Amino acid sequence: MARIVHSGKACSTNPLKHSAPLGGALAFMGLDGCMPLLHGSQGCTAFALVLMVRHYRESIPLQTTAMNEVTTVLGGLDNLEQALVNIRERAHPKVIGILTTGLTETRGEDFPGDLRIIRERRPELADTALVLASTPDFSGGLQEGWGKAVTAMIHQLVEAPALGRDPEQVNVLAPSHFTPGDVEEVKDIVEAFGLRPVMLPDLSLSLDGHVPERWVGATLGGTSLEDIRGMGRSILTLTVGEHMRWAAEALKRKTGVPYRLFDGLTGLRASDALISALAEASGRPVPERLRRQRSRLVDAMLDGHFAFSGRRAAVAAEPDHLLALGSWLAEMGVGMTAAITTVHLPMLARVPADEVVVGDLGDLEARAGGCDLLLTHAHGRQASERLGIPLFRVGFPIFDRLGAAHQVGVGYRGTCRLIFEIANILTERSETHAAPAAR
Amino acid sequence: MLKHKVAGLFEEPACASNRAKSESEKKKGCAARQLVPGAAAGGCAFDGAMIALQPITDAAHLVHGPIACSGNSWDNRHAASSGPLLYRIGLTTDLSDLDVIHGGEKKLFKAIREVIERHDPPAVFVYQTCVPGLIGDDIETVCRHAALRFGKPVIPVNAPGFVGGKNLGNRLGGEALLDHVIGSVEPDDAGPCDINILGEYNLAGELWQVKPLFERLGIRVRACITGDARYADVAAAHRARANMMVCSQALISLARKMEERWGIPYFEGSFYGISDTSDALRAMAGLLVRQGASSDLLVLAEDLIAAEEERAWERLAPFRERLRGKRVLLYTGGVKSWSVVSALQEVGMVVVGTSVRKSTEADKERVRSVMGEDANMFDAIPPREMYRMLKDGEADIMLSGGRTQFIALKARVPWLDINQERHYAYAGYDGMVELVRRIDLELASPVWAAIRQPAPWEN
Repeated sequence: MARIVHSGKACSTNPLKHSAPLGGALAFMGLDGCMPLLHGSQGCTAFALVLMVRHYRESIPLQTTAMNEVTTVLGGLDNLEQALVNIRERAHPKVIGILTTGLTETRGEDFPGDLRIIRERRPELADTALVLASTPDFSGGLQEGWGKAVTAMIHQLVEAPALGRDPEQVNVLAPSHFTPGDVEEVKDIVEAFGLRPVMLPDLSLSLDGHVPERWVGATLGGTSLEDIRGMGRSILTLTVGEHMRWAAEALKRKTGVPYRLFDGLTGLRASDALISALAEASGRPVPERLRRQRSRLVDAMLDGHFAFSGRRAAVAAEPDHLLALGSWLAEMGVGMTAAITTVHLPMLARVPADEVVVGDLGDLEARAGGCDLLLTHAHGRQASERLGIPLFRVGFPIFDRLGAAHQVGVGYRGTCRLIFEIANILTERSETHAAPAAR
Repeated sequence: MLKHKVAGLFEEPACASNRAKSESEKKKGCAARQLVPGAAAGGCAFDGAMIALQPITDAAHLVHGPIACSGNSWDNRHAASSGPLLYRIGLTTDLSDLDVIHGGEKKLFKAIREVIERHDPPAVFVYQTCVPGLIGDDIETVCRHAALRFGKPVIPVNAPGFVGGKNLGNRLGGEALLDHVIGSVEPDDAGPCDINILGEYNLAGELWQVKPLFERLGIRVRACITGDARYADVAAAHRARANMMVCSQALISLARKMEERWGIPYFEGSFYGISDTSDALRAMAGLLVRQGASSDLLVLAEDLIAAEEERAWERLAPFRERLRGKRVLLYTGGVKSWSVVSALQEVGMVVVGTSVRKSTEADKERVRSVMGEDANMFDAIPPREMYRMLKDGEADIMLSGGRTQFIALKARVPWLDINQERHYAYAGYDGMVELVRRIDLELASPVWAAIRQPAPWEN
């Protein structure tokens, strides 16, 4: 049981956390033909957009209601209405995902009421789905915003099933820390059992970095509205991380589809749990291909454990990502000297560390001395430089390395990749620092 | 009070666009284009204020707001430092819902104390943002108390995002320097050839491409405001003898008020392009001589210009053959388009279009004089149209900023970053040679031929 402590500072130094509206917008990037819209000042959108562009190296469809001082005080109904109409006219999206911000939530408006009024006034919006998520900047971080957005999608788009169950359809609610590569890997695994996954959201179709043959103003791909509406026909929902529990619960309450929630899908045991659940749900034996992948992971653990044993890592990540990574590191014999996260949640007690600090990268830097490896997003580069400890980039954003979207860290294959890459970093370090005097 | 400040900046008499406006247009302010909800792009005033002040490398920059303002933006530019790195540390009060209910002033005061105890900076800049602005946190009072208590300058920068765009934020940043910083330190080494450069942020190290040129003329850059700046140098900037204002209108009020307050004359100039760099050196030498420096400076400057221009053209010569007739689409707001246009034309490239989004009428006139009367000048090209132009092969390469990068790349067209996220420095004579070299490298990359070939089974 980890102790959960707060850094107790008034000043966050080198923030680990990103904003909830950014997380919400990212979730909407996984819907097909979608334009996310931040209901706030233009800066809220600009900062989020630039960061996403730098991470994914893609055009990012993201708009703003461009609130100013006056409209904030008077109320944002008109700006929201204008924004929706303009977006409908210019980009013709199928869905507009509306995320509130600290600015509009501080005044505290009746946003669903606003949307009802706009729907009445603007018949031209009839063919556009509107999904609203409440994501004030001052509450939670990226993973919370993502969770709230997915929950809103389920509340506002999924239909109660009329046609009964489809025995081959399974829902997968992707957590915020899954890369497009992770999403694709999980779909692949589900399909290996002859099941059809409905992945929500599906970044592997929008932000996987491909070259379409025409200009698309909204998202390039993602979960279709039709698939979302039909999620009630699935036999099971799989999801990862406590921040997805509300979404899974909402789906269950609306449609009766039961769910399985995993702490993570990284590592041998975690992957085994997923594979067993799929074998059970499909009633099929585990395919030969996956058995072979498992065997390769076992071999990778045999080869790699020498490099991992007795090493110490310092990890800074959002709560569910931290638990997934920490559990896998523990499986490899690596202890967490420092475990830093963004918000206080009861599930953090399960993180395999003595202490989890709700803090920032300043806390990571202060506690990481003597570690062999840092794991956090690209902003950890400053701490890495100052401490002289290598940084393995995980999570969002990774703006100074190529291929962030393609990194796979789940399932047998993804875990193999993690083992090889990290073992190589640790080995290189011990080779270059071999002289006893230098250690 | 902020309202008055903003109104005052909109009435800036030294601003060329402003002078051209009618009385009623002036009242509307220079948010130039009113922002259209659902069709707006660009940073907010807070963003602009950070851009203008954060390059003061030894100061602490503390953002008072919820996590979006700092968490989504810290350490996101390449304003380079030759020494201190404190400016790259992200500092924020990370306001939570409880802070919004109870008010964030106490937390801010505590945060300032922590920053001073931990980093001992020469000064702390405190940036106001929308949410604390809305709940009425009075950062000016908090900063005043903190400055008294801790015996250090604590400077309020009142530019919450909702007051306007990036350009206004730049100006509000400049106002903060005028109100609290410039003139607060008396230097003991003021000389007759001391200058300031305003509006140069040393992105990718561009200041270092021009500073040596001044040094060779015996001109000392007292303060660059604010590229690679130290707090004490900015505080003593009022003892410079001349100001050069780069980057057009952003800091013009600062330049004018420094002239009014301390009698420092200024001129507008640019370091982009060969002739512009020469003009800037010439103008600076002239200004200093009028301010009492020895007239030898004029001769020195002409010698340097002649030598450097010759050296630059020599280095550009090999590119002429390779780049002749290549068509460039120039899409940028910040860089003075006409000066780059003329330089690209000099090496034989054809500029098929240029954007004049943030240019004044005078700038547009210059573009016409360089490109001819039928110059293709754009205000803003919608992404879909830009994609079509590139896809249809109307240009061989686009020079633009990160926002439009992927429009070019997805159209499989060469592209070069010339905006603030760029990694290469393009200022001065060396910078122009580097820009042309980069264009040549980009056009010559073998990937274009490979990736434009359809897959073998698609024929």
